[in-house]
Amino acid sequence: MFSFCSDPSTIDGLSWLACYLTNGKHMAFWGSFGVVMVLLAITAPAALMFGFGGAMAARSRVLPIRWLGKGYSAMVRGIPDIAFFLFVPFALDQGFEWLRHKVKCPDWDEPIRQGNDFVVCAAAKMPLSSSPQWVHETYGFFLAVLAFAVVFGAFAANVLFGAMRAVPHGQMETGVAYGMTDRQVFWRILVPQMWIYALPGLSNLWMILIKATPLLFLLGVEDIVYWARELGGAKTSIFAYPHPDWRLYYFLGLLVFYLSLTKVSETVLARLTRKLSHGQATMAGEQQRKAAA
Amino acid sequence: MKKLILGATALAFSAGLAFAEGHSVVRMGTEGAYPPYNFINDAGEVDGFEREVGDELCKRAELTCEWVTNEWDSIIPNLVSGNYDTIIAGMSITAERDEVIDFTQNYFPPASSAYAALSADVDVAHSVVAAQTATIQAGHVAESGATLLEFATPDETVAAVKNGEADAVFADKDFLASIVAESDLVWAGEDVQLGDGIGVGLRESDGELKAKLDAAIQSMKDDGSLNVLLKKWFGEEITVY
Repeated sequence: MFSFCSDPSTIDGLSWLACYLTNGKHMAFWGSFGVVMVLLAITAPAALMFGFGGAMAARSRVLPIRWLGKGYSAMVRGIPDIAFFLFVPFALDQGFEWLRHKVKCPDWDEPIRQGNDFVVCAAAKMPLSSSPQWVHETYGFFLAVLAFAVVFGAFAANVLFGAMRAVPHGQMETGVAYGMTDRQVFWRILVPQMWIYALPGLSNLWMILIKATPLLFLLGVEDIVYWARELGGAKTSIFAYPHPDWRLYYFLGLLVFYLSLTKVSETVLARLTRKLSHGQATMAGEQQRKAAA
Repeated sequence: MKKLILGATALAFSAGLAFAEGHSVVRMGTEGAYPPYNFINDAGEVDGFEREVGDELCKRAELTCEWVTNEWDSIIPNLVSGNYDTIIAGMSITAERDEVIDFTQNYFPPASSAYAALSADVDVAHSVVAAQTATIQAGHVAESGATLLEFATPDETVAAVKNGEADAVFADKDFLASIVAESDLVWAGEDVQLGDGIGVGLRESDGELKAKLDAAIQSMKDDGSLNVLLKKWFGEEITVY
C-alpha cells in the first residue's frame, strides 16, 4: 500500500501499524464487512418473501397447501441451524448438479454416487471447475443466502401468520360488506394492516440474522469472524508481521461493529413502528390519534 | 449398422474428451492455518511448504492448479462432494481416512508428534491436553487417558495452553517447533510416532489424478527436489527421503 512497507522488519511504531492494517490479508478483512452487509441486504427481503409465502400457504383453504405451509415452518424451525446449514447447501448444490448432469450428459454410464463420492460429468459441475475462484465464491455466497432465506423465512412465516390473525376481524367483514372479493380484502385490508403486529417479531428475527452471519464460514464464505480469528491468532516470524495473540482486540472491534449495527437497526425500527402505528387500532395508534386531536 | 458404430465411436470420443477435460483445472483444497505446512501469508495468498510442493507437482503432472481454502472440520465432505479435487493440508495417511478417501504416496515422511507446555514437567498422560478436532493427535490424546480439549484451528490449541485453559498442546512436532522457539512454551513428555506420513487426499473415484500425482511425487523424491523443500521449510534436522 505505502512505499515504506516493502520491508516490514525494518519499520516500527505507527508506520508498522499502517503497513500491517493495509496488507493483503487486512484488505480481505475490510472487504468481508461488505460481504456481511450485502448478505444482510439480500437475505432479509428474500427471507421475508419465503415467510410471506409460507404464511399465505398456512392460511390457505386448500388442505395440501395448508399442510405445505405449516410443515415448512414447523420442520425448519425444529431443525438445529447448524445441521440445516451443513445439509441444505450441500443438498442444493448436489441437486443442481444432478439436474444439469441429466440434461447435459445423458450418455454418462457411471453411477453418480460411488461410495461416498458424488461424481457428475465435468460439464455439469456448478460452477465449472475451470471457472475462476470468484465465480466459486459468488456461487457459495448465493447458496448461503438461499439457506439463510429458507431458515429465517420459516420463522418469518410463523410471525406473519400470527400477525395476519391479529388484524381485527371486523375490518375484513366490513370489506366484504362493501362488496370486496376475498383477494381484495386480503391485499387491501389485511396485508397493509398486519405489519404493525408483525414488526416486533420481525425485528427480533433481523437481530438474530445479524448475529447469525458467522455461520457463513461453515459454507466456505470468509466473513468478518473468520478473518478476525485468522488475523488475531499469534503469528511467528514466518509471517511478515509477527505478533502475539491479538484476538482480543479484533473481537473487541467486532463487538463495536455489531453494537453499532444494532443501534442503527433499533433507531430505524423505532421509526418504522411509529409510521406503521398511524391510524391503527393499537395503543400506539390511539395515542397518535389523541396527540393529533 | 455403420451409423451405429460411428455414433458409438463419436460417443466414446466425446466421453473421452469430457474425461480429459474433467481436470482442466485441478482445485487444490487446503486449510491455510497450519504454518509452515500451509498458511495464508500477509498478502492473503496460500503459502508454505505444501504450496510449493503442490505447485511443483502440478507443473510436473502438467496440470493447471488453483488453490482454495476450507475449514479443517468440513475438508473431507467438501472433497467428496466435488467442491475441490485434492486435499493438500498436512493430512496424515491413516486407515480410517483411507476408508473414505484415497491418498497418494506420502510427500512428507512419517513424523513425530510432540507435546508442548508452559513447563517441561507436565504429566501429559494425566492432564488436560489441547488438540485440533479430527486429527490423529486428537485421537491419540483420547486414548492416552488424558483429558482431551478439542479446537477447530491449530492456533487455538496453542492459545489454550498460553492462557491456562489446557496444560499442554499435542500436535505435529514440526508445526510446534517454531512456536516453541519463539514463545515461552517448552517441550514436554515423549515424542510419539503417528500416521504414515502426509499424502495428498483424493476422491476414491479419481484414479487418474491419483496416478498422475503419484508419479510426480515419485519424480520429486528421485531427483531430491522434495528434500530441498523439506529443508527449506522445516530446517536441516528434518527427516528426508
